[in-house]
Amino acid sequence: MKDFSWRIPVVGLVLIVAVIYVIPTFKPGWWPNKQINLGLDLQGGMHLVLEVKTEKAVESTLERIRNELRGYFRDDQIRHKGIDYSGKKALSVKLLDAGDTKKVEALLQKNYGDVKILSSAMDNGVQTLTIGLTDEWVRQIKKQATEQALETIRNRIDQFGVTEPDIRVQGERRIQIQLPGIQDTERAKELIGKTALLEFKLLDDEHDLASALDGNVPPGSEILYQAVDGETETTAAQKQPYLVKKRTLMTGEYLTDARVQIDSQFNEPYVAIDFDRKGARIFERVTDENVKKRLAIVLDNKVYSAPTIQEKIPGGSARITGSFNAREAHDLAIVLRAGSLPAPVEIIEERTVGPSLGHDSITKGLYSMLVGGILVLIFMLVYYKGAGLIADFVLVLNILLIAAGLAAFGATLTLPGIAGIILTIGMAVDANVLIFERIREEMRLGKTPISAITNGFDRASLTILDANVTTLIAALVLFQFGTGPVKGFAVTLSLGVLASLFTALVISRLIFDYLYISVRVKSLSI
Amino acid sequence: MEFIKPGINLDIIGKRYIAFAFSAILILVSIGSLIIHRGPHYGIDFAGGTIIQIKCMEPVAIDNIKAGLAGVGLEGSAVQRFGQEKDNEFLVHTNQTLITDQGFSEEIKNAVEQSTGVGVEIRRIEMVGPQVGKDLQSKALFALFYTLLFITIYISGRFELKWILSGIMAAALIGAVYFFSLWNVSIPFLIAVALVVTLILFWQLRLKYAMGAVVALLHDVIITVGLFSILNIEFSLPIVAALLTIVGYSLNDTIIVYDRIRENLKRYNRLPIDEILNKSINETLSRTILTSTTTLIVLISLFFLGGDIIHDFSLALIVGVVVGTYSSIYVASPILLFLQEEGGAGSGRVVETAT
Repeated sequence: MKDFSWRIPVVGLVLIVAVIYVIPTFKPGWWPNKQINLGLDLQGGMHLVLEVKTEKAVESTLERIRNELRGYFRDDQIRHKGIDYSGKKALSVKLLDAGDTKKVEALLQKNYGDVKILSSAMDNGVQTLTIGLTDEWVRQIKKQATEQALETIRNRIDQFGVTEPDIRVQGERRIQIQLPGIQDTERAKELIGKTALLEFKLLDDEHDLASALDGNVPPGSEILYQAVDGETETTAAQKQPYLVKKRTLMTGEYLTDARVQIDSQFNEPYVAIDFDRKGARIFERVTDENVKKRLAIVLDNKVYSAPTIQEKIPGGSARITGSFNAREAHDLAIVLRAGSLPAPVEIIEERTVGPSLGHDSITKGLYSMLVGGILVLIFMLVYYKGAGLIADFVLVLNILLIAAGLAAFGATLTLPGIAGIILTIGMAVDANVLIFERIREEMRLGKTPISAITNGFDRASLTILDANVTTLIAALVLFQFGTGPVKGFAVTLSLGVLASLFTALVISRLIFDYLYISVRVKSLSI
Repeated sequence: MEFIKPGINLDIIGKRYIAFAFSAILILVSIGSLIIHRGPHYGIDFAGGTIIQIKCMEPVAIDNIKAGLAGVGLEGSAVQRFGQEKDNEFLVHTNQTLITDQGFSEEIKNAVEQSTGVGVEIRRIEMVGPQVGKDLQSKALFALFYTLLFITIYISGRFELKWILSGIMAAALIGAVYFFSLWNVSIPFLIAVALVVTLILFWQLRLKYAMGAVVALLHDVIITVGLFSILNIEFSLPIVAALLTIVGYSLNDTIIVYDRIRENLKRYNRLPIDEILNKSINETLSRTILTSTTTLIVLISLFFLGGDIIHDFSLALIVGVVVGTYSSIYVASPILLFLQEEGGAGSGRVVETAT
């Protein structure tokens, strides 16, 4: 026949490529290409969705501007009665001399392109200016906060050492994290969720801690508690409180390295940190100005230690001590190295599957696939005899093609994904059933096997195409909307539909044509 | 071997009112159950909440587990046996979205180990925040809607050659739905309205095949959801996946019958329409039953052997395949006749434009 010439090489090529892709899954290391990825529900692991509290990033930008403005006003000798927050996106400045408005405007123009004077009002000789962030800038800050959080978290996870983590932004302010095969989920969560904002602040020695604890907290100071091993919020009462000045002398932004060292004297781990040149200069000045005072090292609003500054510290290095074990010190060093999150994050979705459950799922899934598959094979053989054997053969090829597709596209096999394959086994025979029923109809009309086969295939082809396109539409929509396991189902279902189209319309036709046209088998067993 | 003998001629069209009545009862019961239960029984995927699957090394009483959970602030959470009795596995279900950081699972493990006195393994934790649940819910509804819409474009195009008309209609609907979704309209309400508008448009535009298919699909989805409501099975993400698959599958069956109707309309253009419909259904009956049989074989094997995590998922598919098979025989095609009688302009043909 004329079209054997192209069909045999095409089918052969497809099958060879399929085998090449599938082999690594069963015999790892034979070829360089990859095994089929298993989803978290099959190999165990953790799926997290974090929400970045981006509005906090806006607030801290505003706080920074407020602090900087104070400095600029001092430098430019602009007299004012205070800079206060006005809502969440604006500051209100009370100028004593209305003539300074121009100066403020110029200053804003010079230092922040996108901070504008929104309104000004005169009251008893005090000029009140409302200074706000533009919506564009707020959007920018929020976007950057999410991106930076993603980068930081990726850094932390890389340093923690998880194989093939998948970290991506989802929507505007969500981050999806997938950590396959991870065992210590608690530790990973702690590592990911820590804001890790490192601050150096002075202890307030001028005021009495006891009276502050009674509620008389002096303005400009706050009470922070010591970080304790394995803490929970309820045990706050037992933790040591500190009265700390609110002003931050320095943050961890100048940090270049952080590593765990063991104190030779007490045999306790501590974290050694190094600053860059600018940081080293600031640290030197801060320590120089505050000799004999106590400097609190604060991480995420918890005091780790508050040593007394003995003398000016040059060289740009410091150490964080506290009551932590080696593992905690190790994780602390990681988060410090990776940098702080620009805004706090909250876990809004979590799915954790233990490795043993994943193993159970895969065994059961494959077992039910085997049983269901064999039952269908037997059924087809009994119902269609010789033709059933061909259908069975292409069904096996069908599964091979699905597996190859999974490996080739780097798709992930999930438990619903296995269900998708099982479902396709049931549905894949449909194409063959349609063809066989047509052939039987043609035979009943008294046609010869050859014309029955030709007519059967020709008439059934369009129907098969129509029927499968609709399933494919459903699968593609599902792929768009689904996450994780459900997406896995959509993938196997789509692959299954495509594979069954190919096997039924090309491969099984090729076999029929070969048997009845080339070999000239006379009787049709169907 | 043959289940359905060739030349079979069941009077399906003649009995269509019985089938319609039967379907109507099923749909009413489904909707009734949904009203009584105030909507589907949403699992944590859609309602938010936490599920913890624990495995005990030895048999324990559920009350002992509850006592342990009460100690860590989980009093009032539902604990039920998961899987078979010998597995000693339990599912803890709470509506709270727990703060799951900071040694949470360790805490639960210890508390339950203490109260039961046996070793405990935490096998799975799933926590979904309320906002995420809401998002997933509307995403699922949109997915269902878009699937129906895309499929109807395809049907109108393939069977009535009305690609452009149905395409414009679908684009307008998608645009309208998108526009309203920006306005904080309740998504379930929006989708429900959109579906009704879609059906009215089909009616007005005389897209009969598409309308027949959509009616059959809604029929299948409503009955499956209703059955889940009656059996009080949780509605989760995989169940939505199952529903969309049912949509695809049931349509598959429907299209094969429609295909035959189209073919027979050309071949026997002197026969009355109801006879052609009946003949087409009968001719494809063997294939419909066979494919459903093989699909059910694998699904039943999945249901019994696939493990407890996909139990509900495979049940949804089994129900859907049975209902879908029924609807493509007794609903999708007979409704063409119904549409013809009620809405047609007196012409004796369902499809004037069929080629």
